[in-house]
Amino acid sequence: MMTNTLDNETLAGHYRLLLKIRFHEEAIKKLYQEGKVWGTTHLCIGQEAVAVGVVAQLRRDDYITSTHRGHGHMLAKGGQLKPMLAEILGKATGYCKGKGGSMHIANMELGNLGANGIVSGGLPIAVGAALSAKLRGTDQIVVALFSDGATSEGNTHESMNLAALWHLPVLFVCENNRYAVSTCCANSIAGGDLVGRAAGYGIAGTHVDGNDLEAVHFAARDAIGYVRGGHGPRFLECQTYRIEGHYVGDAMIYRSKDETDEWRKRDPITHVEQLLMERDVLDQKQLQAIRAEVEEEVREAIEYAKNSPEPASAAIYEDLYTGGVGS
Amino acid sequence: MSERGLSYREAVAEAMAEEMRRDPRIFLMGEDVGEHGGAFGASRGLYKEFGAERVRDTPISESVIAGAGLGAALTGMRPIVEIMYMDFMAMAMDSIVNQIAKVKYMFGGRAVVPLTIRTAYGAGRGNAAQHSQSLESWFVAVPGLILAMPSTPYDAKGLLKAAVRNDNPVIVIEHKLLYNDVGPVPASDYTVPLGKAIVRRAGKDVTLVATSRMCSLAARAIEQLTQDGIDVEFIDPRTIKPLDMQTIGASIRKTHRVVVVNEGPRTGGFTSELSARIMDDCFDDLDAPVKRVAAEDVPIPYNPKLELEVIPAEKDILAAVREVTS
Repeated sequence: MMTNTLDNETLAGHYRLLLKIRFHEEAIKKLYQEGKVWGTTHLCIGQEAVAVGVVAQLRRDDYITSTHRGHGHMLAKGGQLKPMLAEILGKATGYCKGKGGSMHIANMELGNLGANGIVSGGLPIAVGAALSAKLRGTDQIVVALFSDGATSEGNTHESMNLAALWHLPVLFVCENNRYAVSTCCANSIAGGDLVGRAAGYGIAGTHVDGNDLEAVHFAARDAIGYVRGGHGPRFLECQTYRIEGHYVGDAMIYRSKDETDEWRKRDPITHVEQLLMERDVLDQKQLQAIRAEVEEEVREAIEYAKNSPEPASAAIYEDLYTGGVGS
Repeated sequence: MSERGLSYREAVAEAMAEEMRRDPRIFLMGEDVGEHGGAFGASRGLYKEFGAERVRDTPISESVIAGAGLGAALTGMRPIVEIMYMDFMAMAMDSIVNQIAKVKYMFGGRAVVPLTIRTAYGAGRGNAAQHSQSLESWFVAVPGLILAMPSTPYDAKGLLKAAVRNDNPVIVIEHKLLYNDVGPVPASDYTVPLGKAIVRRAGKDVTLVATSRMCSLAARAIEQLTQDGIDVEFIDPRTIKPLDMQTIGASIRKTHRVVVVNEGPRTGGFTSELSARIMDDCFDDLDAPVKRVAAEDVPIPYNPKLELEVIPAEKDILAAVREVTS
């Protein structure tokens, strides 16, 4: 076996998790098109290997800060389909009791300090959580997930600067999906070299094929080990592609179908299926059985979400303050 | 126990020191808060006692100072962060407005944010347009925050201790011109409750509500007004969000006349909200329109004569009270 090869059991488990994220996203797309999703939603189809490769190997007590395209991050951190989908449908049984929605899914017990509607908004929070871990004397780490779009925000630079200055346990993971809404990274990242930007703050980093689950996993494993060892922050750029539009319903006039089709050929899930078959871990029939199982799981979660109650109007004034201070 | 005099600055430092001794989860971070002791000396002595781990000098990065305070607060710490000048909060608006104020609600209540933000505000020092503003009304408009504005050394210590012990984000807004004020401050452990106004003087003719440094001007104006035979009831809200309308309303039901004073601009400044709340709650009790004393709607000019003309002065308060009581 190659050194950078996942053991069979882990690979099969990750396959299931990749599917869970993919089917979750496809389900939301369908629900949105049926008019059942209020507001807007951002899908991570095509980027699942980043969520699974980086986040699934974290400990439960590690933290992540996530993005507006964060469903996959949450599921990889241990999020459950039922409260996820319930939240996206705005139901009282959702992770945020229907008050957050797709862009604000969070769960303290799972260490998800929040998806974020503000590009780069999570990075300072990640730095603070890492400071907290350090001050409390734990070996918890924080993974700050952000997009190529966030690399042009001041927050990102302030956060990398402070994390490096204070040797904080943060792994900065740039999920470069090439598009910030309609703007290609070629038109937004001066110099084009994100690893080099991190190096400017004294943060060592690397880039990796974000559609190759094993490549992501092992690059992240090395970075996580370094960060957990108390050596300070690391940077990882996962180069991937946003197969869907920025939001469901985006006409995507800013890029060609050929380009998207090329990336579809590099589907991270298809790649893992090939590995599983090549390595005689699972055959076509077994893969199909797993797909059917996960599809069923998602279907059940949709039913749960649809049948869940709406929040009561009284909930409007709940959850604003802790301990009743406020008027 | 003998009554001690402490400056407002010393009262702030003492509040932090006492709280940090009490609870190891509390730490301070901000620009120049360490050995330097803060731009206004309000953290003097803390670095020496608690060291660089708990009194942390940051780079000039207001957004990450505030946002990191949130990250630490969400994960078991109770940070105090200092934004050197309130004007610099503009650099931290996303962290404060979109993150700190909202996470608890956005997360369906499943988060606790024990975070204190201290900042210094106000005009009168020749610091000109970008270092003199009264921006409290920006934050009054953001649900999820608590805003305290101590006007005395006693309240500076007591409100800050209450803020640090509170499980919500509290912004404690200190006035730059008050740091040298000396007043009685018990050495004992006490807090001033958030959300509670104080009636500083009982009176029957008119209610005067003033915030922060405007309380000093109001107190001087009241001496003159008393000599003139006008009996003023003087209220310091101390916390402007949530606002103690019970105390303010009870006073107005007695006096039927009210003047409100705040250093922010007339348009959209805190007097706008205060007078609107009074109209909501007390319209039928008023014998005269609410009179507002506020700053002119211009940036704070540098020239000392112009600066003093722009912000409310004692004579403006005198004129306003005389107008509503005439």
